[in-house]
Amino acid sequence: MDPVGLLFFLVGFLIMAGIYAILCLALNVQWGYGGLFNAGIAGFFAVGAYTSALLTAAPAPTHLGGFELPVLVGIIAAAVTAGLTGWAVAKICIRLKSDYLAMASIGIAEILRMVIVNEDWLTNGSLGITNIPRPFDGLLQGREADILFLAFVWVIVAIVYLVCNRLYDSPWGRTLRAVRDNEDAARAVGKDVDSFRLQTFVIGAALMGVAGALSAHYFRFLSPEATEPLLITFLVWVMLMAGGSGNNKGAIIGALSVWAIWSLTEIVTNRLPAEFATRSSYIRMLLIGLLLQFVLQKYRSGLLPERSPGIAFDKDKDKTHG
Amino acid sequence: MMEFINFYLIPGLALGSIYALGAIGISMIFGILRFAHFAHGDVMTLGAYGTLTAVWTLGLHPLLALPVGIVFAVLSVLAVDKVFYKPLRELPTIYTVIASFGVALIFRSLIQLVWGSQNEVFIRGVQKPVVLFDLLRVSLLHLEAIAIIVGVAIALHYFLSRTQTGRSMRAVSDNAELARVAGLDTEKVVRATWIIGGSLAAIAGVLAGLDTNIQPNLGWNLILPMFAAAILGGIGKPMGALLGGMVIGLVEELSSYPWLTDEPLINPSYKTATAFLMMVILLIFRPQGLLKGRLF
Amino acid sequence: MSPLLAIDGLTAGYGGLPIIDNINLLVAQKEIIVVIGPNGAGKSTVLKSVFALTSILSGSIRFADQEIAGIATQKLVPMGICAVPQTRNIFPSLTVRENLDIGTYAAPPRNRAQVEEGVLTLFPDLKQKLDQPAGELSGGQRQMVTLGRALMSEPKLLLLDEPTAGLSPAYLERIFDLILAIRQTGITILMVEQNARQALSIADRAYVLVNGRNFASDTGANLLANDEIRRSFLGGSRPS
Repeated sequence: MDPVGLLFFLVGFLIMAGIYAILCLALNVQWGYGGLFNAGIAGFFAVGAYTSALLTAAPAPTHLGGFELPVLVGIIAAAVTAGLTGWAVAKICIRLKSDYLAMASIGIAEILRMVIVNEDWLTNGSLGITNIPRPFDGLLQGREADILFLAFVWVIVAIVYLVCNRLYDSPWGRTLRAVRDNEDAARAVGKDVDSFRLQTFVIGAALMGVAGALSAHYFRFLSPEATEPLLITFLVWVMLMAGGSGNNKGAIIGALSVWAIWSLTEIVTNRLPAEFATRSSYIRMLLIGLLLQFVLQKYRSGLLPERSPGIAFDKDKDKTHG
Repeated sequence: MMEFINFYLIPGLALGSIYALGAIGISMIFGILRFAHFAHGDVMTLGAYGTLTAVWTLGLHPLLALPVGIVFAVLSVLAVDKVFYKPLRELPTIYTVIASFGVALIFRSLIQLVWGSQNEVFIRGVQKPVVLFDLLRVSLLHLEAIAIIVGVAIALHYFLSRTQTGRSMRAVSDNAELARVAGLDTEKVVRATWIIGGSLAAIAGVLAGLDTNIQPNLGWNLILPMFAAAILGGIGKPMGALLGGMVIGLVEELSSYPWLTDEPLINPSYKTATAFLMMVILLIFRPQGLLKGRLF
Repeated sequence: MSPLLAIDGLTAGYGGLPIIDNINLLVAQKEIIVVIGPNGAGKSTVLKSVFALTSILSGSIRFADQEIAGIATQKLVPMGICAVPQTRNIFPSLTVRENLDIGTYAAPPRNRAQVEEGVLTLFPDLKQKLDQPAGELSGGQRQMVTLGRALMSEPKLLLLDEPTAGLSPAYLERIFDLILAIRQTGITILMVEQNARQALSIADRAYVLVNGRNFASDTGANLLANDEIRRSFLGGSRPS
């Protein structure tokens, strides 16, 4: 691979890693801070992606909109709609215990997927939405524009990271961890547990919407395939577990490293003989599945474990690995 | 009326049988091992592919080749339990739930590696429907599915209420701590759970494969309605799950019947959504299920 | 004759944290031994240690001249030790008959029908309820179901963790009578009790535990007559 090709491979890699980093930070707010098992990440991602795409794309008769609004407006709107969806979901199932919340959130994400595939008037169905702009379009041309977008994505990652860190250290974050580690005790000292959980879920969902919007703008095209639950939901879970749930730096490191494994295996498997190359993506999936098992058994607190020892009263709190 | 029976009721019961076979295992695993087994759909897929291989190599009818698929699925879940689930058993169950997501992915990618991702069919060509009394026109498969679920219901009831292993399973599901104090061999109970759950899942996978075609997402696409069935029946109550499966299957098929106008009540492309929706509604309003299952 | 159960210098607790420290306790054949003491003294921990439900840090537990410290719970039932936990001690969705049946799985009795008849003679209340789910029974009846389940395996030693907890006074008397009746069939009993006064009155000997240590031990009658014990553990006033 020539150096320029390598550079742009790296640019593309970092853009996607940045988008995954936002998803990972978002999941960290829900799971790492709040102990909420969201298995429907793809659903909130999709809501954000479609919101921003429809608001910013050029008008087309095949779907609703577009309204050619500025990209920033699209992204903010994506956060709002995904957050609202998260609010509706949380409102009805926040009291469910983890396994049940997982089922309910997958169910809702699948229903959203069905709506996206079937409601042509809204989303143009499986044909998708084209001509989605990027921010600062026209400033740079061709591949150089990717560099600009890379900067844009990582600025947002940095903002999200700072916000999440502030949340973690705030009294709000402390209460949240208390709720996660010992719900009954938190309730006993008069904390409104359900309302704290709801807020966590909404913040996480809104951030997932932002990540969805960024991916729509990056590819300039959006179809239901881009919201494949396997790639979105599952990979993000592996990233957070590997990086260290409860730790924001860990979430970003997890996103970078797992996405690196995912991308590097693609390079390797693409060089295999043709009959294997078609099956290469399955080898990657297998590797990721095995990686998750390894992390769960040997590295439960991740590359960067949660900083604060937390307030561990009961066994629901993760024991450190070893 | 006959149209209702031929195109909605019988297919609904057949679909319900498939859900029921999967949901029984999910409910047992939830009751005894205390976690939602998200790889259960993929166990079905494994059973279907195992059977398919036997059909190819031995030239048997799928239902005769079924034992091969059952053994294949059972060995797979026993291995997975030993390697991936058992090391996490002392931890909060949420880790096992996450592990089961990973196992689902491992199963699916292995299937794609070994068998490829193209659609396969058990039997080529169009199957003639069975015609009874000139009126009833139903597919043989649907009748077979319904017959199987009736057989399973009777056998399961006998097993759970009369045999030592069955009663031990109910005891562990009821109160695992006391079961241990009473000296029951909980690992043996766990093993029995996987054997029964895996076998029934393999049967469900073959039936689902016969009904449409076989592809790597076969079982994963059915996991949510099966969870819905297990919840409807009350977690940890296998007979309830069986009933729940039948109800979910029926609701799903009957939801697109033109009940009110000439149009289907619910657009058929949203048929599966009705099952998810039922699950979500159940989780909110009656998580203990219709038959008062155990909540933990 | 050597004792049926001999606990010697036992230190045990949960997750490396000791609850009981250097406990000594002897149970001879066909005795009723009662362990009393204030809340948090580690009474239940002694029972749980015999039943391999704690982590044992040091000391020995010998049953019928065999070291059993660290032997898995499952293997103790076939050896002839049976435990009745204080709470959650029935299988609520199983019928009474099935609950009793569970008792025979780990250690099948020589003559099942005869053992069941013996159990139903002890607990005639259960006869009419055999096919009812145990979860539908009253607290006292549940206690009989769990005692019955334990007796189905023909144990040599029965461990009872506060068998009268939460029962009405009427049932309280009956449970103590039943414990005496169980001993009549040749079964040795080690029990922990909150209702110390009644427990001491049926006990052959008793141990008083304070802060996880042996505080006193004597015959039930002597302890009942001891002023200091009465003041500290039996609620003061002399029995009328």
